[in-house]
Amino acid sequence: MGLVTPNPGTFFWMLIIFGIVVFILRKFAWVPILTALKDREESIASALNSAEEAKKEVANLKADNDKIILEARKEKDIILKEAKVIKEKIVAEAKEKATQETQKSIVQARQQIQAEKNAAITEIKKQVADLSILIAEKVIKKELSNPGEQEKMVDGLIDDIKLN
Amino acid sequence: MLKLSKVILLLFAFSIVAFNPLFAQEGNEADSHKKESFDAGEFIIEHVSDSYDWHIISFKDKDISVPLPIILYSKNPELHSGKSFHVFMSSKFHHGHSAYKGFQISENKPNEGKIVELDANGTEIGKPIDISITKTIAEVLISVILLFWLLFSVVGATKRNKGKAPTGIQNLVEPLILFIRDEVAKPTIGDKKYEKYMPFLLTVFFFILVNNFMGLIPIPPFGANVTGNIGITMVLALFTFVITTINGNKHYWKEIYNPDVPWWLKFPIPLMPIVELSGVITKPFVLMVRLFANMMAGHMIVTVFVSLIFIFGAMAGPIAGYAISPVSVAFSVFIVLLDILVSFIQAYVFTLLSALYFGMATADHH
Repeated sequence: MGLVTPNPGTFFWMLIIFGIVVFILRKFAWVPILTALKDREESIASALNSAEEAKKEVANLKADNDKIILEARKEKDIILKEAKVIKEKIVAEAKEKATQETQKSIVQARQQIQAEKNAAITEIKKQVADLSILIAEKVIKKELSNPGEQEKMVDGLIDDIKLN
Repeated sequence: MLKLSKVILLLFAFSIVAFNPLFAQEGNEADSHKKESFDAGEFIIEHVSDSYDWHIISFKDKDISVPLPIILYSKNPELHSGKSFHVFMSSKFHHGHSAYKGFQISENKPNEGKIVELDANGTEIGKPIDISITKTIAEVLISVILLFWLLFSVVGATKRNKGKAPTGIQNLVEPLILFIRDEVAKPTIGDKKYEKYMPFLLTVFFFILVNNFMGLIPIPPFGANVTGNIGITMVLALFTFVITTINGNKHYWKEIYNPDVPWWLKFPIPLMPIVELSGVITKPFVLMVRLFANMMAGHMIVTVFVSLIFIFGAMAGPIAGYAISPVSVAFSVFIVLLDILVSFIQAYVFTLLSALYFGMATADHH
């Protein structure tokens, strides 16, 4: 067969076969493969994108966290300061109150002591009076055992009355 | 490791040449040498030509070949037992040595090697319509089966590995597909329009690539010279031509019939339109010839280096033939390795130029 003259039979069969091959491959091979490749590329691209976004989000979160921590620290400082002030106030108040209380109790104690003292003095006075009467009774009994003396005494008493 | 791979490569390349049917034909050639001296030209042309049966091996004086179906339509049914449509196996011709039902493989010019009709006296009266399944077409069918198997297993793998990393044969084919898409179709046709042409470009690329490689393997059922057959490349180029012509937009046709050149180049003699119009035809013609010539040349050169052995053997005795064989083998190995490169390049170039023509036909006015 001639090398450079196309053989009609070869041409005919090749036309049919290649036409069918293009058709079949297009429908059952190229379209599915190209779609799958495209899908894969898109999914990889979107995965990369979302990874990038996640990275950004993490960075944002970190910044947020830092901010929150900073704020929390500030707040803590403020709270601590306030607490200190309050504590001092409370301590001062407590001290004052305690002083007042002490003062009060001292005063009370003094009053009580005074009252007790007065009572005791009154008691003592009473006792002293009783004793004096007792002593006086005894002395008088002894003195009045002799009638001369009784007279003297009555005279004396009368004299006292006169003086009044 | 590198050394081992080099050795394997060399062994492989050597086996390509060593198992070549050409070597197997040695006995046959030696036999014919007794009668007539070795005709290298005929031997080479025979190797790269199409044939009605698939020659596998010649052993002593027996030819072993696979018969292929002959399909003929004759306008003279009275010469062929009253029927005009004939289907029979090529074995009926006994390797071209005998006639069958008034048909014979011609041994005379201008129809040498083709089936001719014989009249009642046994003289050739012309060719019937011949749509036989020749060796080339049989090889095309085998390559199509191979192509289907390859690509459908990739489709299966993509479905199986949906949302996962590609595995196995997918990794072999997908980079080629991506290469055609990203390096060939997208830059030449444009990001918006390329998708329509992808099926054709990919089919052409893989068809040419698979057939180029199959042509390099000299063991049947491979080894037929498919992409080095001008009928085959003509169909491929015709597809490119038809797709380009159908998809040509207004701008494309305007540039052909009324290009932006000084008026005296268009009137009174439409010089530039003629040049442009001839360009429409020459582009696919060049595609056809380039692929055909490259692959044909590759096959021829390998055959030439192998036939060197027989030429020397015929001229200066068998010893000279044996002596030259290492040189022949070394050169053949080199050419086969070169042809592997050429196989890739030609498949790529055909696809790239087709894509370029599509891109030119659909380019927007700028």
